Amino acid sequence: MSAPSEGARAALSTDLADGEWHRLHPLTPLLRGGIFLIAIIGFVIANLRERVVDLFLIAVSPGTPIDADDFDGDPVSLLVRSGNVGWGLLAILVLLLLLLGGFFLSWRLHTFRITSEAVEVRSGIVFRSHRSARLDRIQGISITKSLIPRLVGAAKLEVSVAGQSASVQLSYLQGRLADALRADILRLASGVKAAKARAAAPEGAVTDAPEPAPLAAAAAAPGDPAETPAGTTAGNGHGDGLVQRRVDEFLAPELDPDLAPPESVVHIPLGRVIGSSVLGGSTLALLIFAGVIVWGLTSGSAWVLFSFVPAVIGVVTYVWSRITKSLRYSIAGTPDGVRVGYGLLSTQNDTLPPGRIHAIQVGQPLLWRPFGWWTVRINVAGQTVSASGDAQRRSLVLPVGTIADVRRVLGLLLPDASDDVLDRLTTTGMVGTGGDDAFIGAPKAAAWLRPFSWRRTGYAIADGVVLFRGGVVWRSLVLVPLARTQSVALHLGPLRRMLGLALVRVHTVMGPITPTLPVVARDDAESCVEQVAAGAIEWARLDVSDHWGGARAD
Amino acid sequence: MSEPEDAPATTHVIDDGWRRVSPKYVVVEVVGSVVGVAIVGIVGGVLWSIFELWWIAAIAGGIILVSLISIAFEPRRVRSIAYRLREDDLLFRRGILYQRRVAVPYGRMQLVDITRGPVARWLGLADLKLVTAAAASGVAVPGLPLAEAEELRDRLVALAETRRAGL
Repeated sequence: MSAPSEGARAALSTDLADGEWHRLHPLTPLLRGGIFLIAIIGFVIANLRERVVDLFLIAVSPGTPIDADDFDGDPVSLLVRSGNVGWGLLAILVLLLLLLGGFFLSWRLHTFRITSEAVEVRSGIVFRSHRSARLDRIQGISITKSLIPRLVGAAKLEVSVAGQSASVQLSYLQGRLADALRADILRLASGVKAAKARAAAPEGAVTDAPEPAPLAAAAAAPGDPAETPAGTTAGNGHGDGLVQRRVDEFLAPELDPDLAPPESVVHIPLGRVIGSSVLGGSTLALLIFAGVIVWGLTSGSAWVLFSFVPAVIGVVTYVWSRITKSLRYSIAGTPDGVRVGYGLLSTQNDTLPPGRIHAIQVGQPLLWRPFGWWTVRINVAGQTVSASGDAQRRSLVLPVGTIADVRRVLGLLLPDASDDVLDRLTTTGMVGTGGDDAFIGAPKAAAWLRPFSWRRTGYAIADGVVLFRGGVVWRSLVLVPLARTQSVALHLGPLRRMLGLALVRVHTVMGPITPTLPVVARDDAESCVEQVAAGAIEWARLDVSDHWGGARAD
Repeated sequence: MSEPEDAPATTHVIDDGWRRVSPKYVVVEVVGSVVGVAIVGIVGGVLWSIFELWWIAAIAGGIILVSLISIAFEPRRVRSIAYRLREDDLLFRRGILYQRRVAVPYGRMQLVDITRGPVARWLGLADLKLVTAAAASGVAVPGLPLAEAEELRDRLVALAETRRAGL
């Protein structure tokens, strides 16, 4: 294992991924616990405000009489009166030293290392914790730069693996290192697979190192000029160009233009962001809620406020998160996976390595139809179904885009699908009205169960992807890569059996999408289940996206 | 089960059709239903004797009636539960009114679970549950004789190992 991993390391662009323990950004404790500290200081100052004003008055006009009784219960007065000012100052000093010491210790003890097998983090002063994520289980890596950390040039790197809230956080790192480190981790991850494949192969092949190199070189070359020159040490940031560099970093485009071929990049114009948010389904909900609240206020029913104001807050947060995600949004194909980046003041970008997408849904709310806008969501392992903001954001890959944008995004998400599938099938899947087309539709009897959408409901299987089409008011097309399906089920209720119909459900990892074909003729359902079951085995066997580095090199 | 030699038996499967679960599993289901009926009957009776409201008796009576009818169908329902080992996946079916059929590739199994309730233990039965990365897969084969359940579990684990796919 050592020979190939060292070969892979030779091509890495930072020295953080060398298998040794490293420390995080020196401002980490301040950024993590700093908000708390500032809150305490703010509280103290707010409470001592009058005292501070008085001090100021004394300084300006020493003759002003001060009524000491005003501050009778005040700890400062108590201290002054009992003559213990020195002790008080000492206590404050000790407290500050303890805080600083704690910060320093927690920084000293918070270390991470990246070996060729796992990302590990150790932290904690009293209760030590040690978390590690295996590289070959990585489901995605995201880099978050919130406003304040971004101002000081720090970023949070989060490695997520499959499992509920299973992620390893490296917070905070130097902003420009985070990007390079992400590339390194993903390169090592792909290299691990390549090494494994070679270890399984007849011996002798193990000694050659340069196999992962083409990919590594391809990915490292663009970013190198900015990242490598000795800037990897924290102490280097004190030069004259510090402010200049901060400003440059702050104003830099969210997506490094060299990172991805421009034809694979999708952006969203501002007008469309606003328009789509206004016309989205949540606006309707907001209007209804607002109406109810106004009615409640005028008729004096207080309970309405209690029950609907939280709902309004929920909807507003959802819309807001959607808008912030859409601002400066970009999706691009990089050598290490699909990269989704967004954010105006706080920026975030997620990278999904190849083969981590379990289901894709292309949807269109009714009001978007005149504009031809669509939205794309995905299921990835390790996300929860709960509507928590973070999971929502992660699953939303394209907040709003035209058919051409959707086509490009699907091309990135399903790199192995042929152009035929992407062009013909997805277009008919999105805008087709049903009837005589590439999809196997439902018989007329299905109109009893799906009076409007039965004509559009149908499925197609091609290129290792199963497509479910449905919905007339809210059009939707679900694509599931067969290599990722977990199982497939056929349901026959009494009603459906009477009508000669069946329901087919493809099981994927938990997420916002449950791929379901609600009505289909029984024979077609049988053949669909049979094809999906057989395809799931066949495509999983052919699937090489797990070790994408090795696949490229071969 | 199918092959006497160990090595090929773990990597190759001979499809020998649908296999039903033990008919004794009817007892487990019936005991469960009877316990439910008894609880409903006692609670309903107590409430009715305290409040003397006719609709409490009616609801309790209705629940008991439905349970008794479903007990009558129990043997038929247990007969409908079956599994089948194919070359690369396991099929599972159950239900008479609401039928459900699931195909789970061996490579997608994350773990195999054996659980035994008190009645099942008394009858020497066990429930076998397959867990995949999808919560909806929900394949639980109930009422297998313990020996068969354990053999099936070992076999499935071995099969899953040889056909292991990523997530």
